[in-house]
Amino acid sequence: MQTAVESKLTVSINGKEFDARKGETILQLAKRNDINIPTLCNHADLCESGNCRMCVVEVEGQRVLQASCTTPVAERMVIRTNTRKVRKTRQMIIELLLAEHVGDCQTCKRNTNCELQDLAAEYGIEEVRFGKSQEKRYEVDTRTPIVRDNDKCILCRRCTQVCEEIQGVEAIKPMGRGKDTDIGCLFGLPLDETTCVFCGQCINRCPTGALTERDATKEVWKAIDDPTKHVVVQTAPAIRAALAEEFDIPPGERVTGKMASALKMIGFDTVFDTDFTADLTIIEEGTELLTRLKKALVEKSQVALPMFTSCSPGWINYIEHYYPDLLPNLSTCKSPQQMFGALIKTYYAQKKGVDPKNIVSVSVMPCTAKKFEADRPEMYDSGYKDVDHVLTTRELARMIKQAGIDLMDLQDSEFDDPMGISTGAAVIFGATGGVMEAAIRTAYELVTGREVPFANLDIRPVRGMEGIREASLTITDPLPEWSFLNGAEVKVAIAHSLTKARMLMDKVRAGEATYHFIEVMACPGGCLGGGGQPIPTSPEIREKRAQAIYTEDGAMKLRKSHENPAVKVLYEEFLKEPNGHKSHELLHTKYTPKDTW
Amino acid sequence: MQRSCLLSPGCKCNEAFEKAFSYTPEEIINIIKDSGLRGRGGAGFPTGMKWEFAAKAAGEKKYVVCNADEGEPGTFKDRVLLTDSLDKLVQGMAIAGYAIGANYGILYLRSEYKWMLNDLNAKFNEFKNQNYLGNNIMGKGFDFDIEIKLNAGAYVCGEETALIESMEGKRGEPRNKPPFPVQSGYMGYPTVINNVETLCNIPYILEHGVAEFKKYGTERSCGTKLFSISGDCAKPGVYEMDLGITIREMLEMVGASNTKAVQIGGASGSTAGEKDFDKTICFEGFPPGGSIIIFNKSRNMARVLKNFIHFFEEESCGQCTPCREGTRRLKEAVDRIERGEKLSDEDMNTMLELAEVMKNSSKCGLGQTAANPFVDILGKFREDF
Ligand SMILES: Cc1cc2nc3c(=O)[nH]c(=O)nc-3n(C[C@H](O)[C@H](O)[C@H](O)COP(=O)(O)O)c2cc1C
Ligand code: SF4
Repeated sequence: MQTAVESKLTVSINGKEFDARKGETILQLAKRNDINIPTLCNHADLCESGNCRMCVVEVEGQRVLQASCTTPVAERMVIRTNTRKVRKTRQMIIELLLAEHVGDCQTCKRNTNCELQDLAAEYGIEEVRFGKSQEKRYEVDTRTPIVRDNDKCILCRRCTQVCEEIQGVEAIKPMGRGKDTDIGCLFGLPLDETTCVFCGQCINRCPTGALTERDATKEVWKAIDDPTKHVVVQTAPAIRAALAEEFDIPPGERVTGKMASALKMIGFDTVFDTDFTADLTIIEEGTELLTRLKKALVEKSQVALPMFTSCSPGWINYIEHYYPDLLPNLSTCKSPQQMFGALIKTYYAQKKGVDPKNIVSVSVMPCTAKKFEADRPEMYDSGYKDVDHVLTTRELARMIKQAGIDLMDLQDSEFDDPMGISTGAAVIFGATGGVMEAAIRTAYELVTGREVPFANLDIRPVRGMEGIREASLTITDPLPEWSFLNGAEVKVAIAHSLTKARMLMDKVRAGEATYHFIEVMACPGGCLGGGGQPIPTSPEIREKRAQAIYTEDGAMKLRKSHENPAVKVLYEEFLKEPNGHKSHELLHTKYTPKDTW
Repeated sequence: MQRSCLLSPGCKCNEAFEKAFSYTPEEIINIIKDSGLRGRGGAGFPTGMKWEFAAKAAGEKKYVVCNADEGEPGTFKDRVLLTDSLDKLVQGMAIAGYAIGANYGILYLRSEYKWMLNDLNAKFNEFKNQNYLGNNIMGKGFDFDIEIKLNAGAYVCGEETALIESMEGKRGEPRNKPPFPVQSGYMGYPTVINNVETLCNIPYILEHGVAEFKKYGTERSCGTKLFSISGDCAKPGVYEMDLGITIREMLEMVGASNTKAVQIGGASGSTAGEKDFDKTICFEGFPPGGSIIIFNKSRNMARVLKNFIHFFEEESCGQCTPCREGTRRLKEAVDRIERGEKLSDEDMNTMLELAEVMKNSSKCGLGQTAANPFVDILGKFREDF
């Protein structure tokens, strides 16, 4: 153990002395002290790569400039961050990048939110002395939910890093060498022929417009503008906790009511809330879990446990590719988005008396994998495409702006009935651990007739940002029909991001896991950190969004999925019983083993 | 002036080993430090210091890597050592292992030298049979073994951290330093990486002593050095010469006449013009890389420059901005010049500024030196442009 005295260093930056911590980099020290050093390849979620060289500084005694992101501080180090040499170097680096960056800012999705553009402005780049290449060299594949435009790529490699370091997928890699380096897939395959899970984490890390979501706004506008179409929209829990960021509001602001108002003003005929089917998911998935447990414990029959959640389509893609042998463990429940889609064109259409063929069902999701999910051939159970178009949070923000709406000025309004009614248990689906918490709130009460033994229903052990979390709960005094669970210690685990999921799955595969239920979210932080969410992202931003989500939960009148009155009516009027015939037809699905490479 | 410390027929393993193992590891490190031996791979880092860092670094395992990547255009001196003085190399590696506490050696071999593989393996087996390698070397209680790894064929893989990446099966791209290989190298273990020639000097120093070694060379560049000399001269080949020899002496030795320019240290080295010929080749003069290329007055230096710059553009690993984009822009400029275009003063200034940026901000030695020939050759041979 180092003592505090030993690990404290004195370092001078721009003539002023600072207390530095042993082991921290120059960049970290500077940031802590509000000294701005520009970066491009650096990202709070990723290892330092030192590739872009924007962050170079002068260090006394060093022959050449030092990359502040990778250079550790040392006792009595003398650093200068804004000398002429440093400034000139950074300007030149920006020019070098701009010279090879082909594309117009004005027609780019990242216009006004582009790190390269910002730096060019900050460093006063008025001309690119090497000339600016205008010729497009790459074809853009717009079929997949993630659209890559290598002409705009500046090779910072944050995308390949997140794919490898956080997701462990490595679908995209640096290819070629030297000037021929570009980011691509093995053998030049298109993304949908790789193991890409379409989580979109690469998009969230891209400093420019080289990685974007496949746009659905035009189709949605077309549907809205078509008077023969009845356009229904659902919005996922995580949108309300992040949408404001697209309107320059600091992270952590909830805009649930304003968002509902904006959606109505845009012209959606009906504005529903995916939270409704999140509650429904808890009923279906909770029933499925208890049924599996009963089979295992009472009937002693062969049943796949632990059961895994199935709400995260990036996770579904991942398990299909990487752990196909564990597919039986996956809950057969569709994700809330797809349950919703199937109900809109059946239950809602009947109730409303609208011909389902005239319904256009749109979802707003924090996620690019949802676009992939909606296109799956399994997702036509209503007899139509259950979800026609998926918009990301970013696309919704663009539509709001295009409609001339100032989101933050709007009055709150409510979602429409009946599928706009939801509980606090549903909104926490947006955060890692939320599905688990919602499931425990309901399952425990179902089994024991009592509320979960946690103050204010907050099941803290499953919350937080730790990559893998474990918890257990012992069942005592269950209701008679669940007596087989008396004294049982129910063990759960939660993972977010796919490298963490892999660790859990390896344990399950090796038979070393004693859990009953595992929640996996493909993205760090859960849906609130999804690939469709506002850019940038960082651990702090995701923390703020999580706080917003839990505050929303705390403020709800109803906090438990089984108390959702509209869900009860849905069962009475339509589905009849959880995991029943109709449910299986509309709300459950099958999975397909796929290849790795 | 011409020496044969390294190129002499093999010294006796017995003697060098016998001597080496009579010392403690610390004593060996001190001897190498005293000898003033500096790395022959290009940068001239003091070998004794490098070993000392590795010896002091904590690690349950350590490695000695011999850099036999020899990728610098015009260099073939390590090849000669590998074929003719392998015994010296093996001793050098084992002694390095003993000094730093490593039981594993890796010979990182240039892919173009694949043809040596069978022969090298056969000789390593022989060394093992004679107990110069393997367990309990010469009954001294020290185990050391050498394994050969082949380069994937890129020049940049000769850079020590790219070399490690490549050995670990990754893209051969330089790492950020620190940490240096002596702290965290191959598989995260402390690793000493030395050039073939550096290691071949070790048994000589131990056998003959520091004083004998220091008889050659200058105060800050001790010993002899191998040069692969090519180009416009009567007697090209590999020469062993004292460090500190003047360029003129060297030219005489190899029978060069009517010389216009001498490229010392390969593409990234420096270019000497006629008025430099009385300067010395050593760490305090023209830095001694492995290769010397001679150009006589019939040569157009614009063509030479073009070749060098094209080489770097091809060989940049593409990782960092200044080198990847900078070499591309330099190439554009030299191609324009070659086509007979005259660069405007403004363009020329931009290029010189670029050269400075590449030197100051590239991640590794390749990018940091890639613009050297541009600045050097343009500065010294304006009339050719
Ligand atoms: C682009 C580049 C290529 C290099 N190629 C070689 C090489 O082929 N052989 C070599 O010994 N050192 C090469 N080096 C130097 C090594 O990085 C390293 O400094 C050297 O192997 C250390 O050995 P030494 O201390 O014995 O000189 C290269 C360096 C750079 C930047
Ligand atoms: S300087 Fe060149 S070779 Fe070295 S890391 Fe940068 S791009 Fe790669």
